Amino acid sequence: MPTFFERREIVTPGDLLAEGEYVAGENTYKEDKKIYASRIGLIEYGDRNISVVALRAFYIPRIGDTVIGTITEMGFSGWTVDINAPYLALLRASDVLNRPFRPQRDDLSAVLNVGDLVIAKIVAYDRAHDPQLTVGEPGLGRITRGQIVKVTPTKIPRIIGRKGSMISMIKQETDCHITLGHNGVILITGKKLEDEQLAVMVIHKIDEESHISGLTDRITQMIKEEKTKTKKRRKVKNESKIREAN
Amino acid sequence: MSQKSEKLIDKKGLRLDGRKPDQLRPIKIEVAILANADGSAYIQQGKNKILAAVYGPKEAHPKHLSLPDRTRLRCRYHMAPFSVQERKSPAPSRRERELSKVIRESLEPSIFLEYYPRTSIDIFIEVLQADGGTRCASITAASLALADAGIPMRDLVAACAAGKIDDTIVLDLMDTEDKKGGADVPVALMSNLNAITLLQMDGTLSLKEFEKAVNLALKGCMKIYALQKEALKAKYMNVKEAAKE
Repeated sequence: MPTFFERREIVTPGDLLAEGEYVAGENTYKEDKKIYASRIGLIEYGDRNISVVALRAFYIPRIGDTVIGTITEMGFSGWTVDINAPYLALLRASDVLNRPFRPQRDDLSAVLNVGDLVIAKIVAYDRAHDPQLTVGEPGLGRITRGQIVKVTPTKIPRIIGRKGSMISMIKQETDCHITLGHNGVILITGKKLEDEQLAVMVIHKIDEESHISGLTDRITQMIKEEKTKTKKRRKVKNESKIREAN
Repeated sequence: MSQKSEKLIDKKGLRLDGRKPDQLRPIKIEVAILANADGSAYIQQGKNKILAAVYGPKEAHPKHLSLPDRTRLRCRYHMAPFSVQERKSPAPSRRERELSKVIRESLEPSIFLEYYPRTSIDIFIEVLQADGGTRCASITAASLALADAGIPMRDLVAACAAGKIDDTIVLDLMDTEDKKGGADVPVALMSNLNAITLLQMDGTLSLKEFEKAVNLALKGCMKIYALQKEALKAKYMNVKEAAKE
C-alpha cells in the first residue's frame, strides 16, 4: 500500500496521497482505492486513516460547537445570526428569554439588537435545516466588551494545542480571558488594552504560521520579546514624566 | 484572405513572437491577492492579464435559485472596457455570456457541489487585458481561486488551447494567430484524474490534425497544472522561509 508524500508536506487538491486499503479522512476523497486530497493543506498519515489538515477552509456547523456570531436580522419570534458559515443560524426568542415568548408584551430589540455579538452553542443542524442556536448555558450570551479576532476555522485546534497547552499558555502570559468559537471567531477580554493587543498579535501569528514546525517555541519567544518592548516603552514614559515633574 | 502573404511562421519555424510551435507563452500566477474575496487568483499569460475572485459557499440569493441537493455555481466572465484595442462596451455581450457558461461547466465537475446544499458559489472573472486564449487562462485562474477559497475539489483544472496556423499545429495561440490562423482547440484538463472538462473547436481540422492538436493542448495543460500547484503552495512556502530566518 504505497503512500506518495511525507508527513506534514503541503498538498494541493487532486494530489494522489495513497493507494490501497486506506480510509479517506478529512479533506480527502477516495476513488478506486486511491485517496486524493480535496483541499490545500498538510497531510497526516495514520495507521489506516489518511487526512489533510486544511490551510484554507470555511466553517461548517456541527452540533455542540461553541460559536461567536453577529445578529443580522430580527424576526417575529427570534433572530438570524451570521456565524461565519454558508448557512445563517437561528436563535429563538423563547431560548434567550428562558420562558415562552409572548408576542404582545415582549420587545425583542430590548434583548438583542441587529449588530450585537453573541456567544452561542449549536443545538440542531442537518443538511436540510439551518443551524439552531442556544444561549442557555453558562458562558454563553451577549458580548459586552473585548476584542474580536477572525482566523481560519481549521486553525482553532492548533490555537488550543495539545490538551490545551497553547491556549492556556497564551491566557497565562497575556492575562486575558479567551473564548474560542469553533467558527474561527475569537473573543479576547483582558484588564488592559496592551494585554489584549498582545493576545491578538499572538493569535494572528499562529494563524499565519501554523503549518511550520516549532510553533510553540516561536510563540513563547515572541511573547517574551513583546513584553520587554512594552516594559521599555513604559520605562521611557515614566522617565519623561519624572523629567517633566522636575 | 488577401493578406495571405503575411506569414505566421517564419523560415526558421518560429512564430510572430519568436516562440517554437509547441511553446507556451510566459506565465505568471499569483494566488490570494484580493483581501475582500474568499478566494482569488491572478494570471498573466503572454499579454493576457486576468483576475478571478470567488465568494462562497454562502446562502443563495435570491432564495428561489437555491438547489435542495447541491450548491449553485455561478460564473461571470467579463472583459474590462480597456482590455482590447477598441473600447469594449462594459455591458455583457453575447460572447461573454457564452464564455461564462462554458467556464462554469468546465469547473463544475471539479467541485464537490453536493457537499453544501442550498448554498451558492460565485466566480467573477475580470479580463484586464486580452490577447487570445482568455477562456483558457480564465479557467486556470478561476480554479485556483476556488482552491484558495477552501472549496473542496476533486482536482485543479488547467486549460490550454492548441490550433493550426500556416498548416502547422501550434500551442497556446495569441490573438493574431487565432484570427488569421485556421483553427483553435481549447482544452481543459484535470491532470491527476486524467479527465477532460472542456473541449471545443473553432475552424476546420482533419481528424489527424485534430488528434494532434488535442494531444498538444493536453501537454500544455499539464505544464500549466504544475505552475498552478507551485503558485498555490508559494504563499505558504514564503511564510515558511520567513519564519526560519
